[in-house]
Amino acid sequence: MNLRSETAKGTALSAPATLYVGLLVAAPLIILIAYSLWTQTYVDLDRTPTLANYREALTDPLVRHLMIRSILISAAVTVVTVALAYPIAYFIALKAKKKTLWLLLITIPFWSSYLLRVFAWKLILGFNGVMNSALLALGLIDEPLTFLLYNEFAVVLTLAHAWAPFAILPIFVSIQKIDPSLLEAATDLGSNKLESFLRVTLPLTTQGIIAACLIIFIPTVGDYVTPSLVGGSDGKMIANLIQVQFGAANNWPLGATLSLLAMLSVGFVAIVFVIGASTLGRRIR
Amino acid sequence: MKRLSGLQTYAILYLVFLYVPVLLLPLFSFNDGTIVAFPIKGWTLEWYRQLAGEATLLNSLVNSLIVGSVAALLSTSMGLFAARAFVRYQFTGKRFSEGIVMLPLVVPGIIVASSMLVLFISVGLRPSLTAVILGHTLLALPFSVSILKSAFDDFDISLEEAAFDLGSGVWETFRRVTLPIVVPGIVSSILVTFTVSFDEFVLAFFLSGNDPTLPVYIWSQIRFPAKLPNTLALGSLLLLASVLLLVVAELFRRRSSNKLV
Repeated sequence: MNLRSETAKGTALSAPATLYVGLLVAAPLIILIAYSLWTQTYVDLDRTPTLANYREALTDPLVRHLMIRSILISAAVTVVTVALAYPIAYFIALKAKKKTLWLLLITIPFWSSYLLRVFAWKLILGFNGVMNSALLALGLIDEPLTFLLYNEFAVVLTLAHAWAPFAILPIFVSIQKIDPSLLEAATDLGSNKLESFLRVTLPLTTQGIIAACLIIFIPTVGDYVTPSLVGGSDGKMIANLIQVQFGAANNWPLGATLSLLAMLSVGFVAIVFVIGASTLGRRIR
Repeated sequence: MKRLSGLQTYAILYLVFLYVPVLLLPLFSFNDGTIVAFPIKGWTLEWYRQLAGEATLLNSLVNSLIVGSVAALLSTSMGLFAARAFVRYQFTGKRFSEGIVMLPLVVPGIIVASSMLVLFISVGLRPSLTAVILGHTLLALPFSVSILKSAFDDFDISLEEAAFDLGSGVWETFRRVTLPIVVPGIVSSILVTFTVSFDEFVLAFFLSGNDPTLPVYIWSQIRFPAKLPNTLALGSLLLLASVLLLVVAELFRRRSSNKLV
């Protein structure tokens, strides 16, 4: 089969999917940009282009506060999730006898509704919730703990649980790819277990770690369900503010502006992180 | 019993952390009390029984079934062609379009949801089940493409070549050789994409308008403490349905790739 017909066939067959995603991601973005330049005047849209929304968003301390908090919460979630997941990925890839079974066990809980998993944490951490009632019944505490629910801690914990497999799988794949002879060579050359982990395994899995971080960081910045259910007022994130603009506040132009700014901030942090982490990975090696 | 290593102990504790929250919903859905707390007051099926009489619930269930089925069929048919192209052909722009198709996985949900709402309103499509279907098809596509790619990956091209040599046409070869081999992959893709849609909340919340899907209905019930036991019962049924569907999907996927993992 010659190359030209391969290109033609490949392009034609993949076109529906590519165009569908391309259109439904690109077209809304363009319209979102348009909206961000318009203004809402009560019930009408004023279509005169202006940067007023950006000015409002960038000078509003609430917006800045929520944006920074969202990024910090997501960064914390990323660190916690990846740190907890790495040993599991390592265990499954190199130590476990039944890899398939372990991978299945890790993924099954995440085949359930995200909304319900987050909701479950609300029930666990609540004032009259599962955790408090269990601790009271066991006599470990005298009165319910109040610091469990409705704060950043609850959001980080819930998200770290919800995104666990997304950290485990990419790291597992990258550990799986390491040539065992490299580890043997390290041992033969006198490295102890810790040294060969730090100087062989860890640097070679940098790509997996970076992938895991991005897969968790990017979507969690815009998470709506978790901050709404377990965040309380201290755990609100940027997505809550965006939803209000599209809902109760009925200020779509401002909502569009906030969406775009959130996307830009996430993209910026992600790019800086990738460059930083790759450089670090190379230097260790 | 053999002594567990540190890593093994950690792995088991980790599994407990993963499973306990999920299993709490079914546990308390049988609790004979309206507060979710220990100790369990007694066992009852009352909450499940009450679900059958909720007209809005049944309505949203039907909505979810419609949305899930249509989105699954749409995303799987587009995914089928795309996966075939990605595995079988080398072409310029292949990496680019493979990347594009995976995009919905990494864009934050709120941004997909808000931007789609804005798009649909601009072209005159009011929030409706149709809007949700279009959105869910987008979210489900990456799943469909990855599953079907792995189904085509293990497909031996020489089988098709043999069919051509023996005089079959393109369509006949596809129908009698290619399709039967990838059918388990297709079934797996349909089940997984259905579940993605069935469980999805944020997009449906923005786009469903006056026709709630099941997760949107659950969201509306979460606010009422009196309704909590019913929500738990409903949630447990949903968990069970998702897990069952995906276990079946996984079995099919394994059959299609004829290998473990």
